Amino acid sequence: MKEITKGAIIYEPQNTYTYLTGGWRTFRPVINYEKCIRCYICWTYCPEPAIFKRKPAGEPVPNERVAEKDVVYIDYDHCKGCGICVAECPVKAIEFVKEEK
Amino acid sequence: MKKVLKGNEALAYAAKLARPGVVAAYPITPSTTFPEKISEFVANGELDAEFIPVESEHSAMSACIGAAATGVRTVTATASQGLALMHEVLFIASGMRLPIVLAIGNRALSAPINIWCDHQDTISQRDTGWLQFYAESNQEALDLMLIAFKVAEDKRVLLPAMVGIDAFVLTHTMEPVDVPEQGEVDDFLGEYRPEHAYLDPERPITQGSFGYPEHYMEFKYGQWLAMEKAKRVIDEVFEEFARRFGRKYSKISTFGVEDADVVLITMGSMSGTAREAIRKMREDGLKVGLIKLTVYRPFPKEEMVEAVKNAKVVCVLDRNVSFGFGGAVYGELAAVLNNLPERPKVYDFIIGLGGRDVTRDDIRTVAEMGLKAAKGESIPEINWVNVDKEAVEKSEGVMR
Repeated sequence: MKEITKGAIIYEPQNTYTYLTGGWRTFRPVINYEKCIRCYICWTYCPEPAIFKRKPAGEPVPNERVAEKDVVYIDYDHCKGCGICVAECPVKAIEFVKEEK
Repeated sequence: MKKVLKGNEALAYAAKLARPGVVAAYPITPSTTFPEKISEFVANGELDAEFIPVESEHSAMSACIGAAATGVRTVTATASQGLALMHEVLFIASGMRLPIVLAIGNRALSAPINIWCDHQDTISQRDTGWLQFYAESNQEALDLMLIAFKVAEDKRVLLPAMVGIDAFVLTHTMEPVDVPEQGEVDDFLGEYRPEHAYLDPERPITQGSFGYPEHYMEFKYGQWLAMEKAKRVIDEVFEEFARRFGRKYSKISTFGVEDADVVLITMGSMSGTAREAIRKMREDGLKVGLIKLTVYRPFPKEEMVEAVKNAKVVCVLDRNVSFGFGGAVYGELAAVLNNLPERPKVYDFIIGLGGRDVTRDDIRTVAEMGLKAAKGESIPEINWVNVDKEAVEKSEGVMR
C-alpha cells in the first residue's frame, strides 16, 4: 500500500535523496585524476550536489604537492549530467562521455 | 447585536469574529469595501491580524497559501477578474489542504467590462476543489462565512471555501444583520490548530512537494473523499450553528415543491425575488415551487433529487453560461437525475448576466414556460431570458 498524506506533506526531511535521478543523464562526467589539481571548483559549482570529497585512495596525481589532498568523486545515482562541472573545471580534467552501451 | 450593514461589511465582520492571523487582499469592485473594512479593523486595534496589501489577486491568494501553510487562520476577498487571476493558485490551496476562506462579490467577467452581478466568476472556479456557498441576504453572508470556516477547518474536510454574495444587490446594499458576540463565535469556531500543515522547527516537513504519477492520483482521490465527507460535515455544522445562533441553514431550501408541477432553481439574491413571484403565482392557482441552492460545491445531489422527484418540470435559472453548452446548474442537475427511472424534464434559463435585473415578471415568464412544458408543449431546452434577440441577430447574423 502506498503512503499517502493529507496535502502531500512529506514528514521525512531530505527524503528526495532516495529518489535517484542518474537516469536523466545523456552525458556522464568522468574525472581524470591525472589532470585534476584538487581545486574543488566542480565540488563548489555542482548544483545537485552530486560531487563529493573523500580521502585519496591511490588515485593518480598531476603533481606530488596534491597527493595528500582529498579527491572529488561523482555520485552517479544523483548526477543529472548538466555539465556545469565540465564547463567550470579550469584544467579540463572532466570528460563528458555519452551514456551508451 | 443588530447592525445595519452592507454585504461586504457583513462578510468583514464575520472575518473579524473568526480572528484570522493573516488577511492578504487586493481591492476590486465590488469587493473593495471588504479589505477596506478589514484594514480599518486592524488599524483601530479591533482585529489583531497581519493585513498584507499585496500587488495582485494572484499574490493575495499566494500570500494566503503561504500564511495558511504556517498554520494560521487566513481569509481574503475578491471578485470577477480578480478571482480569475487567482485561478492558478486556487488549485494549490485545495491540493495543499489549506482551509482558506474567500469572500466573493459575484460579478460578471469582461469583455465588455462590467462590474455588476452574475455568478460567472465563481462558477468558472467550480473545479478548483473549493467548497462554494451562495448567500441570499447579508445575514446569510455573515452566517455562511462563519460556517465556511468551521466546515473548511474540520479535520474530515480540510478544504478551502468561498462564499459568494451578489455584486451590489448584496455587497453594497444595507440590511439589518444580527452580528454575534465574539465569545459566541469563539465557542463555535474554536482556535485553528491544524495537525497537518503548520511550521515548527521541531517537526521539519515539506509542503507543496512534487507528486509523481505513481502518487498524484491518490492525492486527488483524497480531495474527492474530503469533498464527499464535507456533505455530512456541512449538515452537522448547519445544525450546530442553528443550536447556537438560532438560524437554520440547509444545502438547499425548498418552497412549495411538495405539490409543484414546476420547480424553479435559483442561487443568490434572486431567490428572494423568486419566492415572492411564486407566492403570487400560488395565489393565482399555479403549482410552482422553488429550490434555493446554498451549497454548490459539494453539489447536494441527494437533496436535489429528493426535492425535484415529484415535479413534472424543473426550470433552472442560471446566472452563468458555459458557451457551447448551457448553464452550469442545469447541466449538473440533468446529470444527477439521469440514472433515475422516472425523472422530471429539465430546462435551462440563462438570466441576469452582467447585472441585468431579475424581476418578478422574469420569474413568472420562466415559470409559465415551465407550466407549458408540464402540459406537454414543446419548449427549447436552453432559453435566454429578457434578451433583445432581434438586435443580436441583426448584428451577428443568423444561420437559417
